[in-house]
Amino acid sequence: MRTKAHLSPWAPTLFLALGVYLLVFLAERFGLMTPYWYQVIQLAAITAISSLGLNLIYGFNGQFSLGHIGFYAIGAYSSALITKDLAANWSGTRIGPLAWMIAGQVGVLVVLFVARALRLGTVRARLAGGLANYLKPYEAGVLVLLVTLALVSIALAAGVFAAWGLQKVLAAIFQVFLSLPQGIARSVVFLIALLTGGALAALVAYLIGLPLLRLSSDYFGIATLGFSVMIYTALQNSDQVIPTMKGARGMVGIPTWTTWTWVFGALFIVVFIMRQLVHSSYGRAIISVREDEIAAKTMGIDVAQLKATAFAMGGFFAGIAGGLYAHLFGFLHPSTFNFIKGFDPLIIVVFGGLGSMTGTILASAIFALLIEGLRVLLPRGFEDWRFVIYPIILLLIMLLRQQGLLGTTEWGWLRAPLPPERDIPTPDRAAQARVEEQEA
Amino acid sequence: MSANLRAVAEYDSNRILDIRRLSIAFGGLRAVSDFDLTVPEGGLYGLIGPNGAGKTTVFNMITGLYQPTEGDILFMGRSLVGLPPHTITQMGVARTFQNIRLFPNLTVLDNVRIAYHTHVGYSLAEAISRLGRFRHQERLLTERAQDFLAVFGLQDRQLEIAKNLPYGEQRRLEIARALATEPRLLLLDEPAAGMNPAEVESLMELIHFIRDRFKLTILLIEHQMRVVMGICEWITVMDFGQVIARGTARDIQNDERVIEAYLGKRTGRGI
Repeated sequence: MRTKAHLSPWAPTLFLALGVYLLVFLAERFGLMTPYWYQVIQLAAITAISSLGLNLIYGFNGQFSLGHIGFYAIGAYSSALITKDLAANWSGTRIGPLAWMIAGQVGVLVVLFVARALRLGTVRARLAGGLANYLKPYEAGVLVLLVTLALVSIALAAGVFAAWGLQKVLAAIFQVFLSLPQGIARSVVFLIALLTGGALAALVAYLIGLPLLRLSSDYFGIATLGFSVMIYTALQNSDQVIPTMKGARGMVGIPTWTTWTWVFGALFIVVFIMRQLVHSSYGRAIISVREDEIAAKTMGIDVAQLKATAFAMGGFFAGIAGGLYAHLFGFLHPSTFNFIKGFDPLIIVVFGGLGSMTGTILASAIFALLIEGLRVLLPRGFEDWRFVIYPIILLLIMLLRQQGLLGTTEWGWLRAPLPPERDIPTPDRAAQARVEEQEA
Repeated sequence: MSANLRAVAEYDSNRILDIRRLSIAFGGLRAVSDFDLTVPEGGLYGLIGPNGAGKTTVFNMITGLYQPTEGDILFMGRSLVGLPPHTITQMGVARTFQNIRLFPNLTVLDNVRIAYHTHVGYSLAEAISRLGRFRHQERLLTERAQDFLAVFGLQDRQLEIAKNLPYGEQRRLEIARALATEPRLLLLDEPAAGMNPAEVESLMELIHFIRDRFKLTILLIEHQMRVVMGICEWITVMDFGQVIARGTARDIQNDERVIEAYLGKRTGRGI
């Protein structure tokens, strides 16, 4: 089936990636490309990052999510808050939001950790079981509730305290960045802002994933759709909580720091991480959940934990993509994160092939070129007809290839590595080898 | 982790599996009621009964897919009731399914490698960075899976997609995958379903081979009397969610109630 297995597959892949990078980079540098197309290409790569996250959730792990745009929005707004503060200094300490966001995340993690260490679920069950011998069910219930509340408050207090303390320390540390040369300071802050936005999206994904991922696929889809509507509505009214987010008027004044190098670097790293994950035991376990959840459970796989992990990781990628998007145009409006727009990554993932990273990247490029290319190709005044033509093209391709453009196949380095060539001992020899091994 | 879970207290080796008054009700329907079963270590036990008798429901309760409404299941002296399925597997209970549940779009090799996931010796960070224990562990895991496939005569099929295998090989692969989780107790749900006589013959050999080679206890559900009578040392017969007979193959064959359950009221002929 795959005969060219002996060739090291990473070299051609790396060359192609570098070639694409240089092509766009040089074309922009020497003015061969209009700024408009430069932005279109960046947007396509950003969409690819976000769609790869969705492919991990839906294509590889089999969880039909409509909430992806919500994580994209979280990443966009949170990283924008951080960099805007640096540019406009609205909070007084220049880098205050960053410290708050990281501290808040650490606080949530502390709560999760304390809750786990206190074994809240087990304590409740044990207590209820034990007390049933001495008390009436009602009395036992009240007592158990009180104890649980006390333990939850301990966890919360620990989290808030940790966050409050950490925020002070971080704010001081981040001042150091500002003393760096301006270009470097900017890059460092941008990088941390992107990662923080991604991490916040991942954390939210994990927290909503733990309860929601118990639902079977269709119900999970509806629940995540609810999540994305919730995020959209919250953004519309965000100015009531954080005035600088400007709510439905749209957030302005975000520095436009996104360049092709940033976008390409992020895409490269995301693809790298995802490829290594998918072709490891963790990846195989993630895929097994898609293939047959019950069988996966009876293989000893903690399906709930694994789904939440994949969901958080997909959310992280979306968050990073959102952060890059925010700094591409320097302007954010809630309508960008409307759930209708949330179908874009879904279309791309299904079109490219569920469970194919190559397919997602390819489909993102085609998707962007199709929509923008049609704008150029169609006669003046008929540009909006592209939203009639592109669905027809999608429809035709889906009719002809139901598994999507590439199905689950991958290209080059993204393909599953073949097991090393070896002479597999036949049963008797295997037994013999084991005996020898034990003697040695 | 698994080593930890298996470090259980002393238990009676005559009772590796001890099911006591197990009952489950779906709404008003009592699918299984007051089911008792004791399986000694190393035994080859059969669970038979007509369609809808509740056999698979018992398996689903043992493996944690269903929660019993009453009763207890003790495995190596520890109760399995309330534990999630993956913990039960990690404690050493593996199963196959009546309608084969492979990971259909994955290769034969990956099907078995997934069973090793709980024993995997590297972290997520090591997997992504390909540093630390990753390379060594991954090679070890692959080789073990390949050796395992060789035991079942599937070594030449390792890169084949599981759903493309012929039926008999899919069955064998499913058993191989279950055994790769390193169980102490193996539950086989109608392993001979849909097999022709020649395949059944080799399956019976395989089951004996597995028991002796891996030194485990086997509990199997079967419809074909020939299989059960041929390999099971001890048989429990269920009908309408209740145990109606227990004993050796010979006892069962002559039991009035069993014959009645399978064939209706006796009119003169035996099975």
